[in-house]
Amino acid sequence: MRIKLHVWRQSSRSDKGHMESYELDNVVEEMSFLEMMDTLNEKLTVEGKEPVAFDHDCREGVCGMCSMVINGEAHGPKSKTTTCQLYMRHFDDGAEIFIEPWRASAFPVVRDLVVDRSAFDRIIQAGGYVSNHSGPKPDPNSIPIEPNIAETALDAATCIGCGACVAACPNGSAMLFTSAKASHLGLLPQGQPERFDRAKSMVSQMESEGFGSCRNYAECEAQCPKGISIAFIGRLNSDFLKASLVEPIDRRGDMKAQ
Amino acid sequence: MLTLDPKIPVSPIEDAWTFHKNNNLRLVGPKNRPKYKVIVVGSGLAGASAAASMGAMGYNVECFCFQDSPRRAHSIAAQGGINASKNYRNDGDSTWRLFYDTQKGGDYRAREKNVYRLAELSTSIIDQAVSQGVPFAREYGGKLANRSFGGVLVERTFYCRGETGQQLLLGAYSALEEQIAAKKVKMHTRHEMLDLVVVDGRSRGIVVRNLETGEITSHAADAVVLATGGYGNVFYLSTNAKGCNVTANFRAYRKGAGFANPCFTQIHPTSIPASGDYQSKLTLMSESLRNDGRIWVPRDADEKRAPKDIPEKDRYYYLEERYPRFGNLVPRDVAARNAKDVCDQGLGVGPTGYGVYLDFAAAIEEKGIDAVKSKYANLFEMYQRITDDDPVETPMRIYPAVHYTMGGLWVDYNLMTNVPGLYAIGESNFADHGANRLGASSLMQCLADGYFIIPVTIGDYLSRHESGDITTDHPAFKETETAVRERVNKLMAVKGTRSAQSFHRELGKIMWEHCGISRNKESLEEGLRKIPALREEFWRDLKLPGDPAELNQSLEHAGRVLDFLDFGELMCRDALLRDESCGCHFREEHQTPEGEAERNDEDYAFVSVFEYKGEGTEPELNKEPLSFDALPLAARNYKT
Repeated sequence: MRIKLHVWRQSSRSDKGHMESYELDNVVEEMSFLEMMDTLNEKLTVEGKEPVAFDHDCREGVCGMCSMVINGEAHGPKSKTTTCQLYMRHFDDGAEIFIEPWRASAFPVVRDLVVDRSAFDRIIQAGGYVSNHSGPKPDPNSIPIEPNIAETALDAATCIGCGACVAACPNGSAMLFTSAKASHLGLLPQGQPERFDRAKSMVSQMESEGFGSCRNYAECEAQCPKGISIAFIGRLNSDFLKASLVEPIDRRGDMKAQ
Repeated sequence: MLTLDPKIPVSPIEDAWTFHKNNNLRLVGPKNRPKYKVIVVGSGLAGASAAASMGAMGYNVECFCFQDSPRRAHSIAAQGGINASKNYRNDGDSTWRLFYDTQKGGDYRAREKNVYRLAELSTSIIDQAVSQGVPFAREYGGKLANRSFGGVLVERTFYCRGETGQQLLLGAYSALEEQIAAKKVKMHTRHEMLDLVVVDGRSRGIVVRNLETGEITSHAADAVVLATGGYGNVFYLSTNAKGCNVTANFRAYRKGAGFANPCFTQIHPTSIPASGDYQSKLTLMSESLRNDGRIWVPRDADEKRAPKDIPEKDRYYYLEERYPRFGNLVPRDVAARNAKDVCDQGLGVGPTGYGVYLDFAAAIEEKGIDAVKSKYANLFEMYQRITDDDPVETPMRIYPAVHYTMGGLWVDYNLMTNVPGLYAIGESNFADHGANRLGASSLMQCLADGYFIIPVTIGDYLSRHESGDITTDHPAFKETETAVRERVNKLMAVKGTRSAQSFHRELGKIMWEHCGISRNKESLEEGLRKIPALREEFWRDLKLPGDPAELNQSLEHAGRVLDFLDFGELMCRDALLRDESCGCHFREEHQTPEGEAERNDEDYAFVSVFEYKGEGTEPELNKEPLSFDALPLAARNYKT
C-alpha cells in the first residue's frame, strides 16, 4: 500500500505547530495503525529527521494511552476501536490520512501527538474513589449486589480514560469520562456514602480544568472506543442536581483523629 | 559473595506470617510515619497498592511512573482473573490447596513460606478490592461468581469479564488518587528511573529523567520500593506493553542487588502470530480455545492450498499424533515447544511461516456453530479484528509468545533485596512463582505484596533507622546524576545509522532463538557470543535523532535497549548454568521420554542469584538453597 500522511508536528508546549506531509510506500494491510507510525518513524530516523512523538503502551486497546484524531475522528474511522487496534486494511491504497492530537484546551499538546491528560487524574482525585484504607474488610458476599447493577457498574468502569470523548466533543466536555467514574461508584453499595459529595466535587473539578459544557451532541458516545453510554451523563446530572439542592455539611474536619 | 539471609520465620508454615508479624517485625508509630519518606517506582497493581496503603498509614510517599497517568501500567491488560481460596464453591479449596497448586505449578523452585503467605492473603485481596468498588462478576443471587482456570481442580478465580486486571488496577489507582488528593502521596508521571543511589550500602534514593523536559533530577528517601514489572520485552516481541523494561531492576542489580533466576520466562502457547517484520507486539488469545480447537499444520512444507481445501490425509495433527493421550490439551510448555518445532521444520503457516492452525471445524460440526460461537464470541471477535479472518470460516493461526517473567530481584521474606532499604514487589521480584507461574496468580501476588506485606515489613526497616537523615546534597547523588547524564550523552554521541528499534528487534531474535522456548548448551553459548557482538555494533552504529533535553522517545527506547542487551546476556548465562529442566526452563538435554521437563533436585534445588561484578566481568553466581519441609518434592505431573 502507498499512503500519504499529514501529521501534526509541534516541538513543545509553546510551539505553534503545523501539519507536515509524508509519503509511505511500504505499508501492508496487516499492519496496525501504530505499526505504520513505527515504520514512518524508522524512515524519519534513518533519514536524520525527527520521528513523530505519540503516546502508546499496551497496544491491546486497554491502557488508554494511544490518542490520535485520524481523519477528524478520535481513534479513527472504526467504531469501538482504539487507535492501536486499528489496522491499515481499514484504509484504501493511495489514501490520504490526516493525523492530529486530541484537541481541547484542557489537554495541552506536549509534543506532536502527545497531550497532557493530567486533568483526568485531578478529576479522579476530587472524588473518584471510595475512601478506604488497606486492611481487613467484610466478606463481599455479606453485601449481595444485584447482577444487573454490578454489570451496569462494570459497563461504566470499562472506561479506559483515553480522552477520546473530550476530543470528539465540539465543546471539549469531559462529561462522559466524569459520569462514567461517578456512575461506576454511585451504582454500587460501596459507593453510596460519598455518592452525592462525589458528584458535586468531580463536576466542580471538571469545570475548573477548563473542559466545556455538555450540550448533548452525543459525539462522545459515538467515538468512545469502549462504547460508554451517555445514559451515565444523565445519572451524573441527576446526582449532581440532588447534591446541589441540599446544603452540604462537610464533617470531614470534625472526624479527623484528634 | 552476597549476603543472602532470607529471614524465613522459624515457625510452622500455617502461622509463619502471623508469627513473623508478632515476633520479628518492629513498627513505626503514627506520629513518626510522616517523617519517613518512601519512594515507590511503578504504579501498576503492586506499586499503586503499595503507595496507596503506605500513604494512608501516614508515610510520606513519592510515586514515579513513566506513563502519563498511573492508571496505564501494564497490569491493566490482564484478562483472565485473580485467584483466592475463598472456597465459595464448597469444592474443597483452602489456603493449603492454593499453596500446593502454586508450589507445584512453580515446579518446586520457590520458597515455601513465601508461597504459603501468598495463598493466605489471597482472600483479603478480594475483600479489599470489593470494598473499593471493584465490580467482580456476580451470580443471580448477588454473590460473587467464580470460574475455573488451568492447572487446578477447584473453581477459585474471581473475574470482571475479560478485564480483571483493568478493574483491579482502577481500584488501586483510585486508592492512590485518594492519597494524592490527601497530599500523602506525591505522584510524578512521565518520569523514568535511570539509577539507584546507594550510600554506605543502603538504598537512599533514585535518579530520574523527566520524559517531557529531559531534566535529570535526584530524589532522596529513607527507603525505595521497586514495583517496575517484568522484562519479557527483552525478546522484543511479547505480550507486554511497549514500555515495559528492565532498566530500574537492572540498574539496581548494577548497584549491588542480586538478580534471581533471570532465565525463568513463561511462554504462552496461544497468541496471534506475528504477521511480518514490522510486528510491534503480540496479543494473547485465551488458552481455553484449546478445549475445542484442533491444532495442525500441513504435512507438506510446500503446501499452497487454503486450509479448508487441504484433505485430512495431508494434515499433520502433531499434538494428537505425538501425545495420543492428551492431544491438544498438553500443558502450556509442551504445546509451545511443539509449535516451534514444527515451524522450525518448515511446516508453519501464515506469511512468516511461524504459525500453526487452531481449527474449530470439528467442534462446529459436532456441537453446532451457535454453541461454539457463544462460548468464544469475544475471542473470535478479537481475532477477527486483528487478522480479518473469521475463525468460523477458516482456522485460527496461533503461535507461542513470551508472556511473564518469574525471575526478578532477589528479596527476603520481607520483600527487601540484599541492599538494605531497597524493596522489590510484584513481577519485579522473584519470590512466589518458582519456575512457572500459575494462571490468575500474577494479580494476586502484586496485590498481596502491595496492600498487605510491604506496608508492614517496611516499618521494621524504617524503625531501625533515623528518618530524613539524607538529602540530595550528598555527593553520592551528584555522582550518580553525573553518571546518568554521561550515559545519555554517550548514547546521543554515537551518531551511527541504525535506530534503537532495529537493535531491539535483532536482540529479540537472538533471545528467542537461543534462550526461548527450549534451550541447550551449544545454542546458549552461541547466544552469549552474539549478544556482545550486537552490543558493540549498538555502540558503533546507533542513531538517535532529536535533543536529550526534550521529549525524546528514541532516547528513552535506546536506554532500555542498552540495559536489555546486558540483561539478555545474564539470562543466557543463568539458563546455561541451570543444567536441569524445571517449569518453563526447558533444557533439551534433560527431558522425560514424553518430552516433559526433568528436574534435578539433587543439584539444582536452589535460587540462582547473580551478583554484578563490574563492566566486562562475569557476574558471580550465589545460591540460596531451597528447603521443602511442608510439601515434599514430587514430579510435576498433570497426567494422572
